Amino acid sequence: MIEFDKVAYSYGGGELLSDISLVLPPGSFHFLTGPSGSGKTTLMKLCYGALMPTAGHVRLFDRDVTQIGRDGVALARRRIGVVHQDCRFLDHLPVAENVALPLAVSGDEAGTHQGDLAELMTWVGLTDRAHALPPELSGGERQRAALARAVIMSPDVILADEPTGNVDWEMSQRLLRLLIELNRMGKAVMIATHDLSLIRAAKAHVQARVLRISNRRLISAGADL
Amino acid sequence: MKALLADLRTVLTRDSGADRVVPPAGFTVQLTLFSAASMAFLAVFALALSLAAGRLAERWGDELARSATIRISAPAEEMSRQTAAALAVLETTPGVASARALDDAEQRALLEPWFGPDLPLDDLPVPQLIEVIETEEGLDPAGLRLRLQAEVPGAVLDDHARWREPLLAAAGGLRALGWTALVLIFGALAAMVTLAANAALAANAQVIAVLRLVGATDAYIAGAFVRRFTLRALGGAAAGVLLGMVAVTLMPDTGDAAGVLTGLGFRGLDWVWPLLVPPLAALVALLATRASAKRVLEELA
Repeated sequence: MIEFDKVAYSYGGGELLSDISLVLPPGSFHFLTGPSGSGKTTLMKLCYGALMPTAGHVRLFDRDVTQIGRDGVALARRRIGVVHQDCRFLDHLPVAENVALPLAVSGDEAGTHQGDLAELMTWVGLTDRAHALPPELSGGERQRAALARAVIMSPDVILADEPTGNVDWEMSQRLLRLLIELNRMGKAVMIATHDLSLIRAAKAHVQARVLRISNRRLISAGADL
Repeated sequence: MKALLADLRTVLTRDSGADRVVPPAGFTVQLTLFSAASMAFLAVFALALSLAAGRLAERWGDELARSATIRISAPAEEMSRQTAAALAVLETTPGVASARALDDAEQRALLEPWFGPDLPLDDLPVPQLIEVIETEEGLDPAGLRLRLQAEVPGAVLDDHARWREPLLAAAGGLRALGWTALVLIFGALAAMVTLAANAALAANAQVIAVLRLVGATDAYIAGAFVRRFTLRALGGAAAGVLLGMVAVTLMPDTGDAAGVLTGLGFRGLDWVWPLLVPPLAALVALLATRASAKRVLEELA
């Protein structure tokens, strides 16, 4: 679904990522690790077309990301749920409307996924916060709302960039369980994190591949964990 | 063109709920409303000026084009004979509907603004004036001049051409000025909407980032802004036109004596013209916001 072929990314004259090859097949579970500034977020952004590779090819659902234009990227993003550490919302809209935002932009407000909203809000434990505005939410609630928003379109891929960075241990475990549950539904999941305890906790429940960015390159780090 | 039609369709049919993705803006809304209302108000006056100038040009043209004056300057004892001769010539001149010599009272009335009411007309060598009304086909001034030269040596024909042309040119200039003002007004509206849309788009960079993250296309994002600014411009312009029409209605009407300034009101079907201002303002706002959104979304990509 997402495929990197010898991808490099440069910015301001310096190369941030080199020779990255990667495939995220359906039902796969990946962790992406590496120290701060190693390029985890850059690689995640390449995965959903927020950045374009400066060399090599990124294919989203079998289409080269540089060939599909902004509209093509937008359509691909409807199949990719993204959760950021500093998850952003439309602060003037209630949480429920924020969660349903992907439905609104895809014109599916009254369609196939609308019925999932109430169920999803319950699933992430935000039913009683549905009418709150995003600035009123705690860090954990924001992460859960972002996760709900990321999955409401039933995407094929879920990308989570430091999803547990702003929450306590208990909440991070809860978020992890949600992501594992989604993976069991057949979604490809990739989590960028430097929290090794999260990776260990996940490996007890799911067969995950751990990738590490080191010296601008991607290496498999499964054996180290 | 297809994209423009799609935008128009979006403005007219899009679910207003979809517009909620853009936060309720503050000053840009008031700015757009106020600008559109002011510009529409001015547009009504520019229209009124253009139409009044057009009417005036038509009236001056018609009145002066269908009449001529013969002035007879002759010694007192010759005056009656030459006047009769001139009238006889006119009777047989093709294109003359009627001709009559002005009497003393009418001549005195013509001179009264310059010499006062007690002008001793009998003691002054005042020329005799003959008013000539032409038929639809009009007369041949050159031919008439030749005949008068032969038969009435003291007669001078004034076919009003030297008056009519500068007057028509002046009225045409006023009309052009009105239309130019209209173009400038809509240009200024476009500039203001562009500024307001730019400000709104820049202020909502985070909103745009969130929308893109969840798969919004540029057309969707632009549509929300375009619809908002178009409807604001439409509403503001409608209010401005209403106020402008009321103001024009309240302008004093001096009836037959109306000139270009005092006759600024709309007549008959002219009232339809100002009603076109709000949709035109909305179209200008749509195009301006669309261009602005395209540029800003490109920059933010």
